[in-house]
Amino acid sequence: MGKIAAWILSLLGALGLCSGCELGGGEANSGRMDPAQARVLDRPRGETVRVSGSTTLLPITLKAAEEYLKKFPGEIVTVSGTGSGEGVKSLIDGVVDLAAASRDLKPAEVERARARSVTLIGQVVARDGLAVIVHKDNPVRSLSQEQLRGIYVGTIKNWSQVGGENRVIVPINRDSSSGTFEMWVEKVLLGDKHRPDAQVQSSSGAVAYAVAGNRNAIGYVGLGFLDGQVAALTIDGVKVSLATVEDGSYPISRPLLMFSRSDASHSAQRFLRYLLGPEGQGLLAAEGFASAGE
Amino acid sequence: MGQALLLRPKLSPTEKGARLFFLICALVALGQMLLIMVFLLGEAAGLFKTTSLWDFLFSSQWYPTYDPPEFGAAALIVGSLAVTFLSSLIAAPVGLCLAVFLACLAGRWREWIKPAVELMAGIPSVVLGFLGLVVVAPFMREVLDLPTGLNILNASVILALMAIPSIASLGEDALTAVPREIQDASYALGATRWETIWRVTIPAAMSGLSTAVILGLGRALGETLVVLMVAGGAARIPGSLFDSARPLTATLAAEMGETAIGSPHYHALFALGVVLFLLTLAFNLLAHWLGQKWRKR
Repeated sequence: MGKIAAWILSLLGALGLCSGCELGGGEANSGRMDPAQARVLDRPRGETVRVSGSTTLLPITLKAAEEYLKKFPGEIVTVSGTGSGEGVKSLIDGVVDLAAASRDLKPAEVERARARSVTLIGQVVARDGLAVIVHKDNPVRSLSQEQLRGIYVGTIKNWSQVGGENRVIVPINRDSSSGTFEMWVEKVLLGDKHRPDAQVQSSSGAVAYAVAGNRNAIGYVGLGFLDGQVAALTIDGVKVSLATVEDGSYPISRPLLMFSRSDASHSAQRFLRYLLGPEGQGLLAAEGFASAGE
Repeated sequence: MGQALLLRPKLSPTEKGARLFFLICALVALGQMLLIMVFLLGEAAGLFKTTSLWDFLFSSQWYPTYDPPEFGAAALIVGSLAVTFLSSLIAAPVGLCLAVFLACLAGRWREWIKPAVELMAGIPSVVLGFLGLVVVAPFMREVLDLPTGLNILNASVILALMAIPSIASLGEDALTAVPREIQDASYALGATRWETIWRVTIPAAMSGLSTAVILGLGRALGETLVVLMVAGGAARIPGSLFDSARPLTATLAAEMGETAIGSPHYHALFALGVVLFLLTLAFNLLAHWLGQKWRKR
């Protein structure tokens, strides 16, 4: 099993220092993995479980697969990160057994599945939230979603407009390919374009670092990245915590689902049960995800 | 050369074999280069099914993951050029002066300074990037009272630190290659040391010196990690030295990891690669041309 750890390490190594801190830091979002990258975990025999989809769920799925194979040697699990849309498409086409998605099915996907007489079953395996962070000395401690949106779209440019000091706001984005950024656009920008001069950092660790060092800055990171160095904002009156992400009251949160077909193989079902069971949920919690709840 | 050819003995079979071997090595290098180019161009071509070349080069709307996506690379190209030229403005004078000092004036200081310069060239870029992030950025923000220290000036200073050693050591090589005789001749005519360096040594080494500067520029253009860490990453055409910018290399590094293969975004990143390749090629051709031009004089 050390082999898988080596795979992950070499992958992270190849992607550079910044991504290295992601897995180690237990980030809730955006594993930086090559797309369409299949990792065949060894020990042949038995049925293969093929998982594909959201890059957000990819690192944790890999880790779960590693633990799962310790328990059930002889199984094969392949994991590839292609994005939610590709994952669901592959599932409908029967190319994979499980599709990880950071959103519910789109109407077009439901239609596509029906056209091929495939029934898809979605199960929430975890919930994912983004904390909005500012410098410790910034007096602003809460914002509305509308204000956040204004800051990132560019209509609000000074902290004094949201009850803070007379300082220019420096918004920091994640790189546009990350699951974190995708979630931000979906939940906060509501699909609008961010201001073009917003800064970009290529990992959550780097965002936290930049915010900790700049009193003008604002950024967003997974819950695993909250520490004493930055202050997390209350959004629409709700404090960010595992509990508020879990029950869905915190506005910048979303469910992470695993879709399977109604005719899924026993192996696929067993892996899914493992993810939803105490061991799988324990692994998710360790990575900073909130549990699936009810 | 002609004489050498005349005198060349008949090649023994071993020598022929060796020659073939080296020829194959040379062809492999050439072939790799060609294959990389073909691959790069082939993958980039996919972009132009959805985006026009004009929009790609002259629009600064870079929203690759939106629906519909926009791939305007103007801000990224300008970002790359801005940090490259600003860093060369810093690195060229310092690097060249260092080269002159090492080659002509250093005396016994040389044995201390030369290794130090070489050591500087060996500092990994991530270390310099970290320096920019942790030391230069907060310092710049405090002293100049800027909204952010992650900007073009910061990136340029760090890139200049990387380019100075290469410019200095290439420049020094060019200067020491100037024949001793013509410098002695200059002294014999009564010229001072300063006059000899300025009027004789430097002009004689001009082709090598200009190559050194251009190759230093090329290094700054291709550097990725530093600009990813300290340039700030804003995909907008910068208006001042203190604005954030996003060079081509930083965009590639930040976005390639999670882009679905075959998507328009993927092709767009390859198109950025082609632009970067062409810019580097232009720099190398310029270096070559300058070298030739000075040599003729």
